[in-house]
Amino acid sequence: MNLNELTAHELSEKLKKGETTSVEVVSSVLKRIKDVDAKINAFLLVDEESAVTQAKKADERIQKKQAGPLTGIPVAVKDNMCIKGQTTTCGSRILFNFKPPYEAAVVEKLRSEGAVIIGKTNMDEFAMGSSTENSAFKKTSNPCDLNCIPGGSSGGSAAAVSADETILALGSDTGGSIRQPAACCGVVGMKPTYGRVSRFGLVAFASSLDQIGPFAKDVRDCAALLNAISGPDNRDSTSATEPVPDYTSHLDGNLKNVKIGLPEEYFIEGIDPDVRKAVDSAVQVMEKSGAKIVKVSLPMTQYCLAVYYIIAPAEASSNLARYDGVHYGYRTQKSENIIEMYMKTRQEGFGAEVKRRIMLGTYVLSSGYYEAYYKRALKVRTLIREDFKKAFEKADVLVTPTSPTPAFRLGEKTSDPLQMYLSDIFTVSLNLAGLPGISIPCGFKGNLPVGLQITGKPFDEAAVLKTAYAYEQAAGWHMKRRQESR
Amino acid sequence: MGEKGKMAITKKEVEKIARLSRLGMSEEEKDMFTKQLDTILEYVNKLKEVDVSSVDESRNVWKTMPHRDDAVKPSLSVDDALSNAPDKSKGHFKVPRIIE
Amino acid sequence: MAETCEVVIGLEIHVQLKTASKMFCGCSTKFGSAPNSQTCPVCLGLPGVLPVINARALELAVKTALALNCRICPEGYTKFDRKNYYYPDLPKNYQISQYDIPLSTDGYLDILLESGTKRIGITRVHLEEDAGKLVHLGAGGRIGTAEESLVDLNRTGIPLLEIVSEPDLRSADEAYQYLVSLKNILQYLDVSDCNMEEGSLRCDANLSVRPRGQKELGIKTEIKNMNSFKGVQKALEFESKRQAELLEQAGKIVQETRLWDEKEQITYSMRGKEGAEDYRYFPEPDLMPVFISEETIGRIKAGLPELPGTRRARFVKEYGLPEYDAGVLTASRSLADYYETVVKAGGAPKPASNYVMVNLAGFLNDKNLAIEQSPVTPDGMAGLLKLIESNRISTKTAKDVFAEMFSSGKSAEQIVGEKNLGQISDEKTIAEIAEKVIAANQKTVEEFKSGKSQALGFLVGQVMKASQGKANPQMVNRILKEKIH
Repeated sequence: MNLNELTAHELSEKLKKGETTSVEVVSSVLKRIKDVDAKINAFLLVDEESAVTQAKKADERIQKKQAGPLTGIPVAVKDNMCIKGQTTTCGSRILFNFKPPYEAAVVEKLRSEGAVIIGKTNMDEFAMGSSTENSAFKKTSNPCDLNCIPGGSSGGSAAAVSADETILALGSDTGGSIRQPAACCGVVGMKPTYGRVSRFGLVAFASSLDQIGPFAKDVRDCAALLNAISGPDNRDSTSATEPVPDYTSHLDGNLKNVKIGLPEEYFIEGIDPDVRKAVDSAVQVMEKSGAKIVKVSLPMTQYCLAVYYIIAPAEASSNLARYDGVHYGYRTQKSENIIEMYMKTRQEGFGAEVKRRIMLGTYVLSSGYYEAYYKRALKVRTLIREDFKKAFEKADVLVTPTSPTPAFRLGEKTSDPLQMYLSDIFTVSLNLAGLPGISIPCGFKGNLPVGLQITGKPFDEAAVLKTAYAYEQAAGWHMKRRQESR
Repeated sequence: MGEKGKMAITKKEVEKIARLSRLGMSEEEKDMFTKQLDTILEYVNKLKEVDVSSVDESRNVWKTMPHRDDAVKPSLSVDDALSNAPDKSKGHFKVPRIIE
Repeated sequence: MAETCEVVIGLEIHVQLKTASKMFCGCSTKFGSAPNSQTCPVCLGLPGVLPVINARALELAVKTALALNCRICPEGYTKFDRKNYYYPDLPKNYQISQYDIPLSTDGYLDILLESGTKRIGITRVHLEEDAGKLVHLGAGGRIGTAEESLVDLNRTGIPLLEIVSEPDLRSADEAYQYLVSLKNILQYLDVSDCNMEEGSLRCDANLSVRPRGQKELGIKTEIKNMNSFKGVQKALEFESKRQAELLEQAGKIVQETRLWDEKEQITYSMRGKEGAEDYRYFPEPDLMPVFISEETIGRIKAGLPELPGTRRARFVKEYGLPEYDAGVLTASRSLADYYETVVKAGGAPKPASNYVMVNLAGFLNDKNLAIEQSPVTPDGMAGLLKLIESNRISTKTAKDVFAEMFSSGKSAEQIVGEKNLGQISDEKTIAEIAEKVIAANQKTVEEFKSGKSQALGFLVGQVMKASQGKANPQMVNRILKEKIH
């Protein structure tokens, strides 16, 4: 196997033993990108020079026996996380030339671990979308079927990992933007508990929902990356001070006595039958491994999408107000006065989906509608949280499909926004309740992967990862992806 | 809003919202967005069914939130602060005529 | 102003808090630095940044609210909200402020009027962040006619305290007194420089007029752009007249924002305002609610300095000063501090009061100096006062000595020594001179003996002349009287 096709933990072993170097690993990854990215379009920016420099430094560290589990390992970063001096576009024309004079907290952490940051990945503009088709720059294809979407909004990161163009990647998840692309591309993707990972340097979409999380080829790698990026940050007032356990330490493959809850509202008519079959089989595998299956109910499920599509656009409409051509980013060529400048800049700089959500958000916050929409949504959000609290009295983790369908075709849903929003139907609830959640492969429909979602109590990423790992090892889908990768 | 036959949002409201959010828009765009927003608002209106009479608004609350000591930290250099400015002059950001 | 009308005024004051760093980031708050030299990704509103609260700003805010007798966190906690609007001096195009659950509410401030003390209600005191500064280029630097504008974001993010009064003020004069009293308290607390010229204190007003006896408030106008306390007073006088006249002519008051034009001395309507802006307030999702414990409130309350009102009362009681003196001396914290240091250093209270209020103040005003810049230190003044009290110099001489102290910076002792200004208080010496004067002025002595009391003054004058003004006048007076009878 080529170096770029291995996992981080396999590579880390080789690096430690001196069987390979970071320069060789990075070189393998860069070659792969050159070979396939013209078709996949996962990357917006690849910085070869910087990657090689970082790799050389990592090799020095490895030689000095000062390496950690991520030292020398290539990582791709979604283009909504600031890297100092490199363009950070958020997939938007309005930030086409923005070079941050500072760096995101997670990027700082990766650097201190000696990881090699190789480039920025494509995304739906400002993380708004479920297919990465809203990027102002390019459309990313699903490596499993180039005519299909990679999911969104972190489609670039998911595709890059899936196509072995990188070993690890970071994405962001506001309504499912890590989990759904992970499911579409057949890789592992996780959204931590809200507050687990610092948002400092993550360009905000919806402040009370956004979280940065890992993409990986297997659960062990995912846990290692989660270790590296988690922890409090006194530059983020919403970051939690809960201690960070070693997320790789309870991956023992043992599901005995783990209570797995199946929320009945997530197993409804309208789910693709192959998705349903794959998920049902997965549950059987878990049961055979010793888990206890319990039925739970989350009665507020039918309202989750509505709550999400009020709260997220509301916060976004305010967060995106700063893109006005005054201090940075795109500014329209000619304008008579500042109001005209604002209006034309934003008209020309933003895509349709972003405009749609800004207007929706402005509307639900506006005088006369605030009570009926935003305030009400916040209250229903409380009920959603209570739903989960009750369910977790009976179960340790909950299992659901990640998405009602596998990846759909490029262009299939772009003309109907509401249809597009319905892809998020199983994922948004976790953002609303601030819970950790992972998507792992659990089968295929033809070439297209199917994802299984596991969610846990706040700050109980350990239980989620333990369950995911045990299932993964028992079912072996991660090996299947490897065998089929080109 | 959303009652039988009545639009959840009108084109006039869309124009007002576009102005509030400083989004320039062609007539076609206004028509398109009016239709789309109407559909979306109709959908989210289902929240009206929920009884929220005894519920508080949800907030993320931790036990402690970091507060900063009142210590001065280094600022960006003027060059760095203006490094991404689309238009600048004499150490300032420059903008077109401001009308009220 | 028609007597049938009553003016109702409420004031909204913004003060910059005296913190070293900004409200939500560590940039310096220093005034007058090169444009855009005190900014960082946070106060620039760059993509991806987040606010973190300045603990000291919170502390100063609570301190102020307590001094204004407010209830702290009446809902059990306080929170921040976003106020959304577009303006080039506001990089995020929203201001982090406080809306429906502010830091404090329901306070009051007592002001001194000629008619007595009046209590002005304070609706709320809350925290928010300041915006940047704009410079308008071309066509006289006025905003609407400029071709372009320049933005300086140094000021963005400096902590502001917003203090809103109840509409309890009933005249421009009361408004002026309110401002003076409020500024005094804020300076006593040392929470702000309160300098309107530098922009660390800003004032907006709401004014309406109604027929006397009517309960409902009239339509109010908002008045902005007043740059001094006198400006506020004049603007409110003008506006109350304008509204009263309009009502008399059965005209309609338009609810609008009006700007004060200092040059023309008028208020004028801000053209082109399309109704109230919709700020779409919602809770700031990047900040958690703030809880302030009873313990913290207690600690801050216990640490409050003596406030002007209390200090004034104490000056009356402890130093036996008349109300008037106490009022003048406590009108500024630094003046009151100066005075007390003089007394503690041995100066007698009433003479010290006179010297500070009259002599020192006179010279300082002449030279446009603040009390902190006085060339005469409190110790120095105490020294002078001690010389007067011990009769070493006469009160008349002392005035000249003081003038010399002020211009040269020398001590009283030094000046008296150098110029040999010491008063003659020796019985024998004065008696000798007195006898000589009596002998040389028998006619006047007879006049005095026969009841013309003014004649004594002449004789005193002669003794003073003979002693080159150094004889202690009271002693001369007494000794002459003794010798004549």
